[in-house]
Amino acid sequence: MLIKRRPDIASSEITARGLYLSRRAFIAGGAALTLGPSRATAAAETPPAEPLAAKPSPTFRVDDPPTKFESATTYNNFYEFGVDKADPSIYGARLRPRPWTVRVEGLCARPKTYDLDELLRLVPLEERVYRLRCVEGWSMVIPWIGFPLASLIKRVEPTGKARFVEFTTLYDPAQFPGQKKNLISFSSLEWPYAEGLRLDEALHPLTLLTFGMYGHVLPHQNGAPVRVVVPWKYGFKSAKSIVRIRFVTERPRTTWEKAAPNEYGFYSNVNPTVDHPRWSQATERRIGDFRRRPTLMFNGYADQVASLYAGMDLRKDF
Amino acid sequence: MSRSARVALKSVVWTACLLPLLMLLLKFWADDLGANPISYATNVLGDTTLRILLASLTLTPLRLLFGISWQMSLRRLLGLFAFSYAVLHFTVWVVVDQFFNWPGMLADIRKRPYITVGMLALTLLVPLAATSTTRMVKRLGGLNWRRLHRLVYVAGVAAILHFSWLAKKGRNDPYLYATILAALLGVRGWHRVARALGKRRVVALGAPSTPKRVAGAP
Ligand code: HEM
Repeated sequence: MLIKRRPDIASSEITARGLYLSRRAFIAGGAALTLGPSRATAAAETPPAEPLAAKPSPTFRVDDPPTKFESATTYNNFYEFGVDKADPSIYGARLRPRPWTVRVEGLCARPKTYDLDELLRLVPLEERVYRLRCVEGWSMVIPWIGFPLASLIKRVEPTGKARFVEFTTLYDPAQFPGQKKNLISFSSLEWPYAEGLRLDEALHPLTLLTFGMYGHVLPHQNGAPVRVVVPWKYGFKSAKSIVRIRFVTERPRTTWEKAAPNEYGFYSNVNPTVDHPRWSQATERRIGDFRRRPTLMFNGYADQVASLYAGMDLRKDF
Repeated sequence: MSRSARVALKSVVWTACLLPLLMLLLKFWADDLGANPISYATNVLGDTTLRILLASLTLTPLRLLFGISWQMSLRRLLGLFAFSYAVLHFTVWVVVDQFFNWPGMLADIRKRPYITVGMLALTLLVPLAATSTTRMVKRLGGLNWRRLHRLVYVAGVAAILHFSWLAKKGRNDPYLYATILAALLGVRGWHRVARALGKRRVVALGAPSTPKRVAGAP
């Protein structure tokens, strides 16, 4: 099922996961004594992840130490599971990431429905360590596993009319309790979750079609079984649990754009000089740090992506 | 109410109000504040402030609706707890979140509407806390004191605005709290109107609003 190769995990990740496990055991013990069920014990209900082998990429890795695995898996924005950051780790077990298919369609010569296992074998997987900046003003450093989305896109041969790529997340209220409509959840996002990129953004070598993190398959709360990671944009641009990738001419309307167009632009590039209307984007708190740190233009990937936006007014096209 | 009943009631309220802080400290001690402890603490303290503030605002409507008054003795206690949590909430922002970045904080207070109204709510609570002692009530006189303390409703509205402006789309709790506040204000408003109408009706019926001199009397 998975690639049969010896796990080739960077030692830092092994440490991170080891630390996480011992710390969690400690917390679970302490919490059991004092507080009853806690976020830590709740997270333990998600089945343990399978290892996923990948070759560490020598080029695509930031030097900052990766965020603790526990933090990266208990502090998530994934509204399909609920609006609280702990909800994805609490309800994650409801998601069934297998069997899974991804329909690749729209303006392309070879549309196709890919089975997850086929996708996993398409191109050798690599591990990349990226910064992740949330629009809420916090950030993480995550060792992701995947391959460039461009590899998939080239296979299906988008036509000359294709200018944008639209991503659709699974819609199934039985697996995603946050998608249920009821009396107390009247204020909700529009489902299924829709995201989009310009075709050149989607083809950019940094844009990763992602299947794993920290040497393992993606935990459910992190967008299992397949998501994209677009490290120079705010986190919500990186669609999770993807079931459809579609090539279109018109710029797709994204879920957050529909919810609050003045707050969440289509581009949503990390930009310390363009504030969110309600809060500043000049600084961020790296999860695990005490002090805030300055936010970098394009999340520190300006060298690689600034040219995509040459001549554009990033205040207008935020 | 008997003395022992009053002691029991106050103990319950003290416990209920201290519990969120105690839980927060226990979780801090157990290193179980989650991945973003600062945000977690800010939110718990903000939520608790709002809940206690709203609880303090239910006392008068309860009296107006049901004619009961034993709960009125809790006004000062709840009010001071709400104020204390607001101060803690603010302190976490100043000390831990912003780390005394005064220019940054001033800019936030000026530019971010949710911070501006949060600041307003906190500021409005200061004179109320300062005049909460029995001595101050006496010094101000009951009427002035009551007028001053109506500011708590303005603080309540400001707090609700603070919450709804900071909450992201998809959250329902700000609406829930706003509904509760609207209901509480509604009871008071309705009571005022009813009283005003009542008075007018009495006048219209010709009831003596001022004692009439009886002819022939000295
Ligand atoms: C009576 C006064 C106040 C009340 C009732 C109040 C209430 C709240 C509530 C309910 C929350 C949201 C908690 C959650 O997300 O679950 C919150 C968050 C917050 N409050 Fe307040 N607050 C008050 C004053 C202030 C003041 C004076 C400041 C700073 C100047 C402040 C700064 C914040 C910040 C920074 C957050 C977190 C926002 C975020 O997560 O992005 N609050 N407050």
